[in-house]
Amino acid sequence: MIKDYFILSTKNLKRRGVRSWLTLLGIFIGITAVIALISLGDGLKLAVNSQFGVSSTQLITVQAGGLSGYGPPGSFVVNPLTKEDAEAIGKLSTVELAIPRRIETLNLEFNNKLQVTAVGSIPTENTQKIYELQEISAQYGRLLNKDDIGKVVLGNNFADAKKSGFDKEIMPGASVTINERKFKVIGIMEKKGSFILDNAILMLEPDLNDLMGNADRVNMIIVKIKNKDLMAKAQAEIEDLMRERRDVKKGEEDFEVSTPEAMLATVNQILTGVQMFIVLIATIAIVIGTIGIINTMMTSVMERRKEIGIMKAIGARNSDIFLQFFIEAGMLGLIGGIIGVIAGIGIGYAGTLGINYYIGSETSPTINFMLIFLTLIGSFIIGAIAGITPAMKAARQNPVEVLRS
Amino acid sequence: MIKTLKNKCPKEVIHLHDVDKFYHMGETLVKAVNKMNISIKEGDFVAIMGQSGSGKSTSMNLVGSLDIPTHGKIYLDEKDTSRFTESDLAQLRGKKIGFIFQQFNLIPNLTALENVMLPMLFQNVEEYERKQRAKEILILVKLEKRINHYPGQLSGGEQQRVAIARALANDPEIILADEPTGNLDSRTGEIVMKFLNKLNEEGKTIVMVTHDKHLALEHAKEIYWLKDGRVEKITRKFGSEWKKISDCHSNHKS
Repeated sequence: MIKDYFILSTKNLKRRGVRSWLTLLGIFIGITAVIALISLGDGLKLAVNSQFGVSSTQLITVQAGGLSGYGPPGSFVVNPLTKEDAEAIGKLSTVELAIPRRIETLNLEFNNKLQVTAVGSIPTENTQKIYELQEISAQYGRLLNKDDIGKVVLGNNFADAKKSGFDKEIMPGASVTINERKFKVIGIMEKKGSFILDNAILMLEPDLNDLMGNADRVNMIIVKIKNKDLMAKAQAEIEDLMRERRDVKKGEEDFEVSTPEAMLATVNQILTGVQMFIVLIATIAIVIGTIGIINTMMTSVMERRKEIGIMKAIGARNSDIFLQFFIEAGMLGLIGGIIGVIAGIGIGYAGTLGINYYIGSETSPTINFMLIFLTLIGSFIIGAIAGITPAMKAARQNPVEVLRS
Repeated sequence: MIKTLKNKCPKEVIHLHDVDKFYHMGETLVKAVNKMNISIKEGDFVAIMGQSGSGKSTSMNLVGSLDIPTHGKIYLDEKDTSRFTESDLAQLRGKKIGFIFQQFNLIPNLTALENVMLPMLFQNVEEYERKQRAKEILILVKLEKRINHYPGQLSGGEQQRVAIARALANDPEIILADEPTGNLDSRTGEIVMKFLNKLNEEGKTIVMVTHDKHLALEHAKEIYWLKDGRVEKITRKFGSEWKKISDCHSNHKS
């Protein structure tokens, strides 16, 4: 029998005017926001996290002057780090290895085009270790060895004519000019999904020092911790040591010691904040949508008073009338939900495609069918709850009063 | 008391006993129906006659147990309707009375077939049976070619025939017709009236509310003449002659 009320409700919904459908906007927006957030949110998190090039969790990076606004990390700082700093950190009990790295912006010339590019140094000691720590491997050719003077390895984007910025792909064997010196390309790094790493150049430290001068300058110290559990202790030790070496008080640090976990946490915190905000908007939209459904159902009850009277005259119990309007309101909510889910998934797909295109990541939208199913059930329930008062009003109509007209 | 009366009169399907229906219109009390006694016997064709303002519509609502009296009792199938809940009364009404309205009152977004099926839905009849029976009745009123049409696609006469089919859906004992020809041309009206007469001959009790004296005199067997919310007189057809009678129930009860 309940099936018949669904059929009746569907028939009633079909003849509704635009006005009724407009009231679904609230539910639609709410559900769209929730579904888009969920299908996009995870992708967004993945994309942002991969941008940080987060690798081993046993890694700590030390930079001077905190994160600089422009350019590669650690550039344009007043008081740079030194090789001695790296050596001192390397002697700490919790630290297995501290590798100083230099990162500079240089002019890369190829195919008669010039481009400013970040160049990272590869130390001649612990050469393999740095690849291991930062999870760098070669897609084409090979990575630099300690005696590969005059050679470079390029980020993955350079191997793609569309992304290289030179209208032509650069492959191993090619020759490029960096700050007016010729270098031979021997390898292309595997795609990292990170804008920074995929557009970077790696060259040996002596080469970079040669180009830039000031051999003692260090932009970043990569620190490997002996044991994952020592992370917090190591961070504190490094901070103490650096304060002492740079003669600064606690709270006035002109350097930053960051763990991938802390970076992840910061990113996730921001994302969570954004999510909360969207959920809040979605909630408000759904509340407005619910009021919209109450309103349109109330109007509908008033418009159909005569019909209710007829139904009662021909034997409809109050519960029959209630059920019909109750289900009708639920169906209204459900329709809003269905449109919202479709739009939400659409936004999720489009958004993910956009993210992938712009930052070169390779995430896919998260489509959770259980969640979609529950969302649809939920939207029906929201509609039905909104329909309770109007349906009760309909059920209480006096058949005589409505038949008189 | 009813039991003893049963021997003297045919079975009563509807009985209004000393029924008042008062309305408040602002400060004034409107006595729409005043001390009304109506007795509808099984298989009869009764017309409730009156001009507008005579309490005709109110009495029709009371006879159809759509309305609750201010004072007095209404018996439907010898059951005191005041003892029923609203929903139980709706169920009983749906089963016992088929309504035909002047404005046809079909549900506009349901097809002819669905309109006829609707009263059976409220009696919890299975879908297959509902459909079969609805089709049969629509054939009976000669609308087999219109079963999937919506009321808006039907002529007035066709709509009223759908309404009659709907009234017959639950095979009720009583057909309550409120100005059934009011919105029809005379020829179509005649067809509808002939159909009501045919139903009466087949044993259905017909109650017709009308302001049309000629219609009442031509088709009914008994006429309640209403004036100012009261029954002025009751006349009954004996052969081709109308004679004033008094209701056996109200005589005994008052």
